[in-house]
Amino acid sequence: MNALVKPRLVIAPALERVARPAIAARIEAIHYGTFLAVRDTRLAIERNRITGLIGPSGCGKSTVLRSLNRMNDLVASFRLQGQVELLGQDIYAGGVDPVAVRRHVGMVFQQPNPFSMSIFDNVAFGLRLNRYRGDYKQRVEFALRRAGLWEEVKDKLKSNALALSGGQQQRLCIARAIAIEPAVLLMDEPCSALDPVATRVIEALMLDLKRDYTVVIVTHNMQQAMRVADTTAFFSVDISSGGRTGFLCEAGPTEQIFHAPRRELTRRYVAGEFS
Amino acid sequence: MKRVEPAEAGSRPVFRPPSAGEVVADRIFHAGAHAAGVVVVGLLFGIVAKIGLGAWPAVRQLGLGFLGSAVWDPGRGEFGVLAEIWGTLYSSCLALAIASVLGVAVAIFLTQGFLDDRLAAVFRTAIEMLAAIPSVVFGLWGITVVIPALRPVAAALHAHLGWLPPFATAFSGPSLAPGVVVLAIMVLPTVAAISQDALRRVPDRTREAAFGLGATRSEAITRVMLPAAASGILASLVLGFGRALGETMALAMLIGNSGRISWSVFAPANTLASLLASQFPEASGTETAALMYAATVLLAISLGVNVVGTLVMACNRKAG
Amino acid sequence: MATPSPAPEAPDLRRSLADRRALSDSVLTPLLWALALLAAVPLVSVLHMLVVRGGPRLGLALLTELPPAGLEPGGGFGNAIVGTLVMVAIACLLSVPVGILGGAFLGFVAPESRLAAVTRFIGKVLTGFPSILAGVFVHAALVLSMGSYSALAGGAALAVLMLPTVMLTAEQAIRMVPERMTAAAIGMGCTDAQAAMRVVLPAALPGILTGVLLAVAGAAGNSAPLLFTALFSSYWLSSLSEPTASLAILIYNFSGMPFPNQIELAWAASLALVLIVLAINVLSRLVSARRA
Repeated sequence: MNALVKPRLVIAPALERVARPAIAARIEAIHYGTFLAVRDTRLAIERNRITGLIGPSGCGKSTVLRSLNRMNDLVASFRLQGQVELLGQDIYAGGVDPVAVRRHVGMVFQQPNPFSMSIFDNVAFGLRLNRYRGDYKQRVEFALRRAGLWEEVKDKLKSNALALSGGQQQRLCIARAIAIEPAVLLMDEPCSALDPVATRVIEALMLDLKRDYTVVIVTHNMQQAMRVADTTAFFSVDISSGGRTGFLCEAGPTEQIFHAPRRELTRRYVAGEFS
Repeated sequence: MKRVEPAEAGSRPVFRPPSAGEVVADRIFHAGAHAAGVVVVGLLFGIVAKIGLGAWPAVRQLGLGFLGSAVWDPGRGEFGVLAEIWGTLYSSCLALAIASVLGVAVAIFLTQGFLDDRLAAVFRTAIEMLAAIPSVVFGLWGITVVIPALRPVAAALHAHLGWLPPFATAFSGPSLAPGVVVLAIMVLPTVAAISQDALRRVPDRTREAAFGLGATRSEAITRVMLPAAASGILASLVLGFGRALGETMALAMLIGNSGRISWSVFAPANTLASLLASQFPEASGTETAALMYAATVLLAISLGVNVVGTLVMACNRKAG
Repeated sequence: MATPSPAPEAPDLRRSLADRRALSDSVLTPLLWALALLAAVPLVSVLHMLVVRGGPRLGLALLTELPPAGLEPGGGFGNAIVGTLVMVAIACLLSVPVGILGGAFLGFVAPESRLAAVTRFIGKVLTGFPSILAGVFVHAALVLSMGSYSALAGGAALAVLMLPTVMLTAEQAIRMVPERMTAAAIGMGCTDAQAAMRVVLPAALPGILTGVLLAVAGAAGNSAPLLFTALFSSYWLSSLSEPTASLAILIYNFSGMPFPNQIELAWAASLALVLIVLAINVLSRLVSARRA
């Protein structure tokens, strides 16, 4: 890998062109203690689209994703300078409760992580948490259908979720996340722990989900980004100041990023010259 | 994929921000968790403070001479725990000596392939059951079984080897020896369990290296495995010693409760814990304060040993 | 030109006791067997005595009758069983909630904080604490201010001994909950309290329960802390602020008496106590096996 020193130009065509994005992030810097993890990232997440974050390992794409729902707060030394606006409101403004932010944004993790409870209780978890007053069974069935899991589990809703296969568990986690109809669904390499068949199932699921949800997905698999993402944001690593600092190199329609990238680094990454 | 319509008209988002109740509950939870930690820390300090405060009048009156005198006479107001300190340390050291040999032997026996897995599991359970038996039951067993069993042995040892200090007196029934035997049995499971852990943590490749070089099994054990597990075994000994120091009931029932200092294991003796057990219920006034002073001494010794043991275990963990 | 070295003789690979190394190796196995069996002898002897001396006395009378005085025949220790159960229950009420909260503190809420490090260290130091000093402490703290020996004080002394074990095993159980499960709960917008109550503690429950049962087994058999807190009583339990009987103290008292009836009862009580402790241990193993 041979990341060159990049001039501190900020490329953010997506941000300006997108009207009323679901999320508008203007991140100046993310620090863990004294370590600068990410710099100069301006990203717009369009509604009802899938935005893919790609880039070599260590480029900060997962860090940026987790900054969108304040999950990085769990690390004591985390500091973000900038604004991240969710539906027009800066979630890093003073007085904002991260717990409230996370209720609006769903997250699916790399390793499937259902709770050690029944399938029904897993999907209903978010409903109970938010004191939903409607029909639980209806909502759970709807979420499971949307996640493409209903037929496989409808007869064993009371059985423990941990007994499902990896791919089923991940679809359950998706069902759990969408049961509360989140504003944005964040997915951090959701298929990397799954076999190719399960991966295809979830990719098809994602394409169907974007009709109703806004999805941001981090993936290290370029082909997956090409198959699934409408907009792609390419992150790269800057080693000019001694450490590995990630930054947004280029963002735009997936077609354009992969077939007509404007920046040299992007061109070299999508050509497979480094990973 | 088939398009699925939500059952309700226009699925509305479900989320609400955390209510005031939820925020308060979270604060209470955080506070409660911190408070629980403080309770544990405070408990130790509270114990030290309460016992120390109770001992203060005696400390002021008797000073450090308390530690040097072997006379315990409430009637004359003379108190000294030298005999008890001696008894505590002597009995614990002897018991540890026995328990360490047996405990490490058991640990080697169970981890170095002398038994097949199922038998080893059964034996391991048996040793753990030993740990589950209450101290008073061991005391009762000691009175009924150990003392009569030791009589002929003690008589023989005293007759033929009576010139050796440990066998210098005739067997007096309740004495140091049955106390030490029972104490060793009670400490054995601790030493065995922690030593087993230490031996299991030696990586397989170390063992294989020894065998690969042509070592016999006993050479592999004595020259490679034991040294590799040495710090863990040491920790087991320190913690076993700590357990021995704190043991009360069985010793109180077996040791004879006599304030004499003697090298002989067949003579009655006393420990700090047994002194407390036997004298505390009837004590009053200055004797109570003196007993609290004795309790402080026991506290200091056992805390010291436990702190050392915990530190040794912690260093082992770090060393991996 | 180098002369070829003579072909090496085929080595004698057979094992011979004349070889010192082989000899010492052959000695080790029987030695270890002997020591291991020696270590097992006390267990066999104790169990044997329990069954032989305590067994014959087993019967309903033990549960319904009160401890006999001096030369009285018969009798039982129903009040001692009740006393033990009551004081262990009090000890649980005092130590289990605080212990679980403490375990949650150490394993989930603030595991890296300085208070956590201190608490953990002190907890470990306290697990080896001499049980009689717990009795002395509670005596000074409770009995003197309450003015009498009581079941409450006895239970409190047992709680002091149980608390470190419950807390440290709860911490272990909570740490074993996979981090990604906790992350899922936080990601869904749980407050820490909600994540703990709805996800972490339920998942850690078998491990926590195992620790509690182990602590209970240890407390049930502990007599030293009860010596100056609950004392003893030959009557049925009528109030929590009176001296209370317990199996452990009964054994202690009766074993020193010169009356065969009392000695027999001491053995019967020992058998009862060991059965209770073993039952709790077996229960805790079942609980931890269920978790696997």
